[in-house]
Amino acid sequence: MVRVLAVSSGGGHWQQMRLLSHALGNVDIEYACSAHVGDLKVHRLPDCNMRTPMQLVAGVLAAWRLVYRVRPDVVISTGAAPGALALIIAKLLGHRTIWIDSIANAEQMSLSGRLTRRFSDLWMTQWEGVAEETGAVFAGSVL
Amino acid sequence: MIFVTVGTQLPFPRLINYMARWAQTHGERVVLQTGDRSGFNGCETYRSLPGYQFGTFMTEARVIVSHAGIGSILATKAINKPIIVVPRRAKLSEHRNDHQLATAAALDGRAGLRVAWELDQIPAFLDGAIEPPEAELHPQFNQLVDRISTFVGA
Repeated sequence: MVRVLAVSSGGGHWQQMRLLSHALGNVDIEYACSAHVGDLKVHRLPDCNMRTPMQLVAGVLAAWRLVYRVRPDVVISTGAAPGALALIIAKLLGHRTIWIDSIANAEQMSLSGRLTRRFSDLWMTQWEGVAEETGAVFAGSVL
Repeated sequence: MIFVTVGTQLPFPRLINYMARWAQTHGERVVLQTGDRSGFNGCETYRSLPGYQFGTFMTEARVIVSHAGIGSILATKAINKPIIVVPRRAKLSEHRNDHQLATAAALDGRAGLRVAWELDQIPAFLDGAIEPPEAELHPQFNQLVDRISTFVGA
């Protein structure tokens, strides 16, 4: 069975990840989230964003440990920064990666999304206009 | 009952204060999730809510008033409730950027969703009946899942 690591921030990022991953068929999924989601099976990552460099360093280390431990076939993220870090590290470690930019970014790719571009095997937006502007893949959306 | 929620990341005093004032002149029960403070203004007020309690208030409410966060929009759609969204504005320091304005503009017109670009649009939305959101997931959802499944090899 394909082993998937699904990494996201809390709130809307997490809800989009759950919606999408629950709809995936026959996969073995491990989740990681940078917010408390009340489920002990979900790996916890430190929160960070692209504007706080010191937290980013901690985020990189945590993401590296997570990917190394889970050893997924594919890493999927719906954002934001903690997911982007996990995706980039996964790619550098030789895993396949999917970025799905949050549907909250209707006019332009998120900062985290732009950073993951060269590290994503499948680099997606949920808006057609953003796809046209950036060259990201548009296949559909959660809403 | 009206449930007002602003998400867990940032407070949104412009919306919270407006809804607290609205509650003072109306008989309807209003529950506020504020992101920064609990217990004030005669309303039931919570800084944040554990998932089950958030779910209870969502279910009890006839309508949800929220910041234009995707989490709130997805949550109301999942339980078939109408939502009034108020986009946060960067120039008022309500968020880092104006992506909520873009989200609201892109989703405006969807069934079950109203955008209050200005706060004073909220009362009319609360007084009128808002249809529930479309029950089925958008066909675009299945297309997105198919694309991911194909790539993953599931």
